[in-house]
Amino acid sequence: MLFQGAHLNNSLKPRLWNIPISALSSERVLKRWQGSGLGFVFVLNIVGAIGLAMYKFLLQRLVQGVLVMLVVAFVAFAIFHFLGDPVNNMVGESATDADREMVRLQLGLDEPIVVQYIKFVGNILQGDFGISYRTRTSVIEQMAARLPATIELSLVSGFFSILFGIPMGIYCALQPKSWLTRNFLVGSLVGISIPTFLSGLLLIYLFSVTLGWLPSQGRGGLISFGWWDTSLLTLKGWSYILMPALTLCIYQLTLITRMVRAEMLEVIRTDYIKFARARGLSNYIVQYRHALKNSLVPVVTIIGLQLGTVVAFSIITETVFNWPGLGQMFIQSIEFVDIPVMSAYLIFVGAFFVVLNLIVDLIYALVDPRLRAA
Amino acid sequence: MMNLKSIANLSLKGAAFGAALLLATQIQAANTLRWSSAGDALTMDPHAKNETPTINMNRQVYDTLIQRDENLNMEPGLALSWEPLSATSWQFNLRSGVTFHDGSAFSAEDVKFSIERAQANTSDFKAYVNTIESVEIIDEHTVVINTKSPDPILPSYLTFVFMMDQTWSLTHKVSSPQDYNSSEETYAVRHANGTGAYSLAEREPDLKTVLQINPNYWGPAAQIETIIHTPISSAPTRIAALLSNELDFVLDPPIQDLKRLNAQQSIKVTSVPQIRTIFLGLDQGAPTLRSNPDLDNNPLADKRVRKAMYMAIDIKAIQQKIMRGLAEPAGIITAPGVNGYNKALDTRLPFDRKQAKELLAQAGYPEGFKIRLDCPNNRYINDEAICQAVVSMLSKIDIKVSLNAQPKSIFFKTIGNNDSDFYLLGWGVATLDSEYVFRYLLNTRSDKIGTWNRANFSNAEVDQLIAKIQQEVDLTKRDQMIEKVWQITKEDITYLPLHHQVISWAMSSKLSLPIVASNEPLFRLATYKK
Repeated sequence: MLFQGAHLNNSLKPRLWNIPISALSSERVLKRWQGSGLGFVFVLNIVGAIGLAMYKFLLQRLVQGVLVMLVVAFVAFAIFHFLGDPVNNMVGESATDADREMVRLQLGLDEPIVVQYIKFVGNILQGDFGISYRTRTSVIEQMAARLPATIELSLVSGFFSILFGIPMGIYCALQPKSWLTRNFLVGSLVGISIPTFLSGLLLIYLFSVTLGWLPSQGRGGLISFGWWDTSLLTLKGWSYILMPALTLCIYQLTLITRMVRAEMLEVIRTDYIKFARARGLSNYIVQYRHALKNSLVPVVTIIGLQLGTVVAFSIITETVFNWPGLGQMFIQSIEFVDIPVMSAYLIFVGAFFVVLNLIVDLIYALVDPRLRAA
Repeated sequence: MMNLKSIANLSLKGAAFGAALLLATQIQAANTLRWSSAGDALTMDPHAKNETPTINMNRQVYDTLIQRDENLNMEPGLALSWEPLSATSWQFNLRSGVTFHDGSAFSAEDVKFSIERAQANTSDFKAYVNTIESVEIIDEHTVVINTKSPDPILPSYLTFVFMMDQTWSLTHKVSSPQDYNSSEETYAVRHANGTGAYSLAEREPDLKTVLQINPNYWGPAAQIETIIHTPISSAPTRIAALLSNELDFVLDPPIQDLKRLNAQQSIKVTSVPQIRTIFLGLDQGAPTLRSNPDLDNNPLADKRVRKAMYMAIDIKAIQQKIMRGLAEPAGIITAPGVNGYNKALDTRLPFDRKQAKELLAQAGYPEGFKIRLDCPNNRYINDEAICQAVVSMLSKIDIKVSLNAQPKSIFFKTIGNNDSDFYLLGWGVATLDSEYVFRYLLNTRSDKIGTWNRANFSNAEVDQLIAKIQQEVDLTKRDQMIEKVWQITKEDITYLPLHHQVISWAMSSKLSLPIVASNEPLFRLATYKK
């Protein structure tokens, strides 16, 4: 995972915050705002707290983000070449060679990849993502229709992994010798080893085929808010999302449990915890106020980035549960060599990672006062 | 405290409520058919995509002049009768009183419009209507179709040309199928206005398609009111949904699950040989092998080598072990039910490794040779497994085959670029006439004909016969020529036929839906047992 590695490098080296502040005037404005009681605006609070190097940092990040997306799109375009020939999927078997050639010319597939890429970017800049080779529907509309499903699935799955992962990790760190800890750790090993498609199918077999409690596939119980269809407001909706979210969260869950445990164990060994105990602070305060808070810093980074991977790589889970999200759309596009949809999807994922990295950096600075430079 | 009476009372009420609920779900089930297949129709535009799942969905909504019943016999559709007026013109007498789903009447104007639409540059059915010169409107219910040259298979091709409403198409600016170049989706991609037994009520591509019964349908009334299609690409999930009663019908259950499904009381499986034959192609036209630069000639050009490869294939093993009995060993690339098929042609050379070795030696390859087999891995039933078996069978006569199994979009690119010496392909016969095989697989390649002839087979006599078959209206004479082509190419061992695919449908045992060899369910014939 290219993005992840690159990001960790950046965020673990807080040198980016040490950029000299040039936007002094805006700093003054900000301070006045805060002073006059307008500081309740959350975002401004963060910016204010972190310092004004943030502006430059943000701008830099945005420029980097656009570059990342352009590179992603270009690499994608270069790879598409090896995926096969979309024309053959687009015309029936009865089409003659002349027909095929006509479609190829129409789509500009005969042109060099660089030219195709430049045209693609040009069209995007004009807000035109084109139409899908496969479904012949507008790409942007198709993605918008599927976005809510993926976002909701990722959020619920992320929520599950935090809800269970952090307490489990704390327990494992505080009670390292208990039988439950051993079970958690062995269980997490199993969880991380079983491939997603298998755990998904096992859940379907148990809860849908054998017990008949939950629907085996699809998304239902929807309530619409404009273009956003949510399945989180009805019981029926939850019956559909439960199994895919559980399947998707297993990996993150084990990761979070193990990270929280490792970080806690490390922090508990440090001098200031020993000192806190020596001062006679209660177990609760030592463990939760000092130890937990300090072990959460790297965990936040991982959770944030993992949310990105969940969104981007929920492909298998969505396929197994026929969950109508972006991952499912992407895999269908790959089979068909649906270039417009694949490109748009990859650009979206690129953008998502860039934004997520940015948010993680902001939160990171918020959690760790040492990073609030300036 | 609750006394006994009130408990009894309560449970009675509960039971009544439960029964009512049960009844409600049953009533709903009796009127709805929920089904699934791996892929969705790609568009509802009836002329835009010549592909089975797409045609399949369109056929529920749109009608053709001539249609096929569940046994694939032609029957009157929107045309009550048709007859040739001369060698190059056909008169069609249209059904009167037929209306489109939006209420407008079907007439000769719509026939002319639809056929011309199917001829448009962006249509994927051009090949089916390219012999048509003009469509003449005689009166409101009579049209004459003139062809450029005699076309005996025109009625067959017309079973694929769906009739649209001219007024509706003009209103919604869909007088020709979608152009890929345009950045806007046309109205006909998600909307439909046909004359079929069902109308399109809801269409979310890849997610859900709902069809509603057409109360004004011209034919025998359909029994099931609502048809809901949900594409599910993962096969185990599709089967799980059928087992848990979330689906009533699965079009494409994987063959390894059939036994288990059949053992279920609530599910039945039906099978029928499909009009599709799986075969191996050998490029006999290339000067040398692309996959073996060490050889300075092409062993496949030698008929003895092709025969040796044929005889080295143990088709029984493929049928039993890989296809689990669900395949019919084939001697020609056309299945029973197709015009020109006969049992005598559909026989195989015996499986005889010894003779195969001898033939190879005679041809000058006693040590065998190396070659690559290109194979799709997601196109036909167990395609990759068949290829693996072929590789090991050929290794027994010392032909060292390296297997190159790829997803279909890459595989078909390889075939399209003429980059394969040896490949596995399947061929279905849409028109149910041998000409459809000859035109694409046997005619000498050009950019108009012989599109799939990657054996690079070229035989002047065969080409002449095909040209005559395409125009001969005397059916006895025509059938003789068809047989001749089959004999020549069978004798030449142009291709190595493997088997006719068998398709299976899995459905609720309460549902009655006749299986069709074209793999297109006719939902207007579906009923539930009372």
